Amino acid sequence: MPRLRLFGPVAEAAGTKSDLLEGSSVEEVLDAARSRYGPHFAEQVQTCRIWVNGEARQPGVTLCDEDEVALLPPVSGG
Amino acid sequence: MATMEPVARELPPGPDWLAVSEDPLPVDEITAWVSQPDCGATVTFCGTVRDHSEGHPGVTSLEYEAYLEHVVPGLARVAASARDRWPVVGRLALLHRIGLLVVGETSVAVAVSTPHRAEAFEAALFCIDTIKATLPIWKREIWAGGSEWVRCSHEPDEWVGRQRVGP
Repeated sequence: MPRLRLFGPVAEAAGTKSDLLEGSSVEEVLDAARSRYGPHFAEQVQTCRIWVNGEARQPGVTLCDEDEVALLPPVSGG
Repeated sequence: MATMEPVARELPPGPDWLAVSEDPLPVDEITAWVSQPDCGATVTFCGTVRDHSEGHPGVTSLEYEAYLEHVVPGLARVAASARDRWPVVGRLALLHRIGLLVVGETSVAVAVSTPHRAEAFEAALFCIDTIKATLPIWKREIWAGGSEWVRCSHEPDEWVGRQRVGP
């Protein structure tokens, strides 16, 4: 199963920073996450950029078991 | 997931010192390290935890979280971009701290050396602006009775520099 990594407010909304979720596409993984974590999480997802394996998501990418999908809220380092 | 490594105490072999750590940042060490015989200018910038923000006068601490394994690669992109823009840069150090920091502690440090002062200031400003806009790092402000994730307005657009204002 692909791994989902969460940070900042979106991790707080989900109650976890890392999870394994069924799905062979980013949308399937996000659908599984939305149904697992609920509406507050779903709202937060809309603010996030999506990375797959450390790179900005490419449209139509197929996910394998070892892939990592990350949801990045607006950054605030410094 | 990556494990946390302390800031390297062994000096880096190349001209860039890049690190993320839960330990206090070695500001004096990077300032000394960037100094070079052919560089007459060294600029060190420290971002420190401030006791207030908009709407919150009593900030006591900030908690930083990162997509850890992508921080140093991100710092390397910032360093490479700075060297493209200012090829005269001698040495460059970019460090970010994560974890819980109290008011006054340094959360981010940039040190750069160049032959003359203008490029050192410009490159340091570029580096801190780009770190804030692009690195996968998040902070939560903590004050008496509450806390909140900071929502910055930084956009990862092309850096266009800043207009000098005043004398």
